[in-house]
Amino acid sequence: MTIEILMPALSPTMEEGTLSKWLVNEGDSISSGDLIAEIETDKATMEVEAVDDGKIGQLLVAEGTEGVKVNTPIALLVDSSELPHATIKKIADKPYLEKEKIPAKPFNNKPISIEANSSLISVREALRNGMAEEMRADKSVFVMGEEVAEYQGAYKVTQGLLDEFGDKRVYDTPITEHGFAGIGIGAAFGNLKPIIEFMTFNFAMQAMDQIINSAAKTLYMSGGQMGCPIVFRGPNGAASRVAAQHSQCYASWYAHCPGLKVISPWSSKDAKGLLKAAIRDPDPVIFLENEVMYGQSFSCPDDEDFLLPIGKANIEKEGNDVTIISFSIMVGKSLEAAEILKDRNINAEVINLRTLRPLDTDTIIESVKKTNRVVTCEEGFPFSGIGAEISALIIEKAFDWLDAPVKRVTGKDVPMPYAANLEKLALPQVDDIVSACVEVCYKD
Amino acid sequence: MKKSTAKKILIETKMNYDLNLLQDMYKKMLLIRRFEEKAGQLYGMGQIGGFCHLYIGQEAVVVGIQSAQIEGDSIVTSYRDHGHMLACDMDPKGVMAELTGRKDGYSKGKGGSMHMFSREKGFFGGHGIVAAQVPIGAGLAFAHKYNGNKNVSITYFGDGAANQGQVYESYNIASLWKLPVVFVIENNKYGMGTSVNRSSAGENLSDRGEAYGIKSEIIDGMDILAVRDAAIRAIDYCRTGKGPYILEMKTYRYRGHSMSDPAKYRTRDEVDKIRKTSDPIENIKSLLNKMGVEEKTLKDIDIDIKSVIAEAAKFAQDSPEPSEDELFTDITIN
Repeated sequence: MTIEILMPALSPTMEEGTLSKWLVNEGDSISSGDLIAEIETDKATMEVEAVDDGKIGQLLVAEGTEGVKVNTPIALLVDSSELPHATIKKIADKPYLEKEKIPAKPFNNKPISIEANSSLISVREALRNGMAEEMRADKSVFVMGEEVAEYQGAYKVTQGLLDEFGDKRVYDTPITEHGFAGIGIGAAFGNLKPIIEFMTFNFAMQAMDQIINSAAKTLYMSGGQMGCPIVFRGPNGAASRVAAQHSQCYASWYAHCPGLKVISPWSSKDAKGLLKAAIRDPDPVIFLENEVMYGQSFSCPDDEDFLLPIGKANIEKEGNDVTIISFSIMVGKSLEAAEILKDRNINAEVINLRTLRPLDTDTIIESVKKTNRVVTCEEGFPFSGIGAEISALIIEKAFDWLDAPVKRVTGKDVPMPYAANLEKLALPQVDDIVSACVEVCYKD
Repeated sequence: MKKSTAKKILIETKMNYDLNLLQDMYKKMLLIRRFEEKAGQLYGMGQIGGFCHLYIGQEAVVVGIQSAQIEGDSIVTSYRDHGHMLACDMDPKGVMAELTGRKDGYSKGKGGSMHMFSREKGFFGGHGIVAAQVPIGAGLAFAHKYNGNKNVSITYFGDGAANQGQVYESYNIASLWKLPVVFVIENNKYGMGTSVNRSSAGENLSDRGEAYGIKSEIIDGMDILAVRDAAIRAIDYCRTGKGPYILEMKTYRYRGHSMSDPAKYRTRDEVDKIRKTSDPIENIKSLLNKMGVEEKTLKDIDIDIKSVIAEAAKFAQDSPEPSEDELFTDITIN
């Protein structure tokens, strides 16, 4: 009996990985629990154990192959008592995949035109490059958080920083968000520029008091004396199949509070330009990344002084019929929706907010005056969400320009369920955006 | 050794202190006391609003520790902060004007009693959330270490705060990273209306540092010379890179937790007894007497201080309210 050994999923968001090393050879007898391979995921390099006993009949994927999809057969295991080695060889003549380099997955799996003086890099690399460049330029910038140094980052965003900058600039903390957020704030009061990584923003809830009461409010309470130049960054929003406590968008929580700046990038360009701007900014900045976006690649400027302005939205696609206003991962979904809407003769404009506080009111209002219809789009809960704020803003400033009520596409008003089908229902999908646009254009 | 002999030696040791230093400490303690009395009075007159937490009775703690600091050290504390600001040589006029919510206050009237700062004097607040200043103080120590200067962070908190989780998160990291921070627990026996015995497990609050490998001492916080000696030891320990240090100061506040606290959780007798037997200002005053300082000199000091306070109170009441434009300033820097 031949058993296929499949490429395992080793993280919630892993869709593919690199088979970095085989730890067994063809013909080796193995028992369940033996290490058979090293696989590099988007987060780490992991060792894979055999589940069954038997003999390795054939290795189907060459060492070093990148982009091996989860559930692809990577080896054949035979019952060692059944078949001699020679017979097995015939089952498959050549490996499924020769060692080849599959480039990082570009956004929407479409070819991306690389702009001048730019490279195709992932959001993860863009964030890391942004931090590294700022750390090179300014000795007062340092990184602190859980697993950011020796482990190289729980999501590999800080990969290589310890090697380059050493342990006086990159600090592994204990798992004490409240404590290290406060220490970061104290260090910022002491004129340093900390970058505090939260493994995810779900855990930043533990540090909420320090972020709001100490970082956000002290400048005001001190009559302008106590600036707090700090960046709190990490993944925000839903990852994949990690349920309610690990899947929440905190955009509206932070955006609610004066004293903070709140940024949520979408592309690699956003990530680099805005993170660098955040590090240089004298105010406390909440920098909401998205785990699902880390592995996506975009064209990103190489310039070490490339900055994007905080408080400025970007029109990712121009259109005349309806404005879709979104941020973070939903920008990509909005662009996909805009493609589909073309077939229905709806030319949608897509605004990537980039910054949630201060909100780029002008860009929003100008767009409303052009399209007269608005769909907001976010992963977070609807109640008191970013969409609710934008809707109120439009009613206050551009009510007479509206041809239809503002429509919100949001996460459902429920804690995130674990089951795959329910999770999908809970999150806003491209189809939801399409339907909302059709509805406000009265084309349904 | 007989008790009386021991006491005599103690007094003789104390009499070896530099007279100028003792007089300065006396002046500062008295300044704090008179300032707080005036603040209480202005509160009663409706000139000061909101919460107002007075430091009366605890003066020896901050003045004793301050006497062991050097230029560049940072100080951070809770909302019972007026004494700390005066000890840092912040201007009583600016502090009082903040209490009255006026434009010339240290925070332009936007912080109030609990939230005042002076970067210039190394005073980093003034924090209203119980124990929030503790990781901030550890962070200031982190900055000293990061910058490679020899300064330390003095981080004050009360017995009530000592039960907050972030204190222990800070102990852990401060000890791991050998941060130059002196954690000063001002144990005044009551966290608002709940006595330490009713809120805190274990024998002593300072013992809790042991689990983190942090050295600690318990000090009579009503005896300024004991405070100063301990502060010299603790600060020297931190300054020489050995890591954090805990000083638990046994002290007492004479007034309620805040101005609106009737303090029914303790007897009048308890307060009177401490006032009569261990008042920190009376303690040092009698020492100064023994060292030959004349009653008249002490009286003159008192008169001088009273006039400084009267001037501060007048200034604080004459200063205008902040302009309405200030509502929207200082939210972010840019």
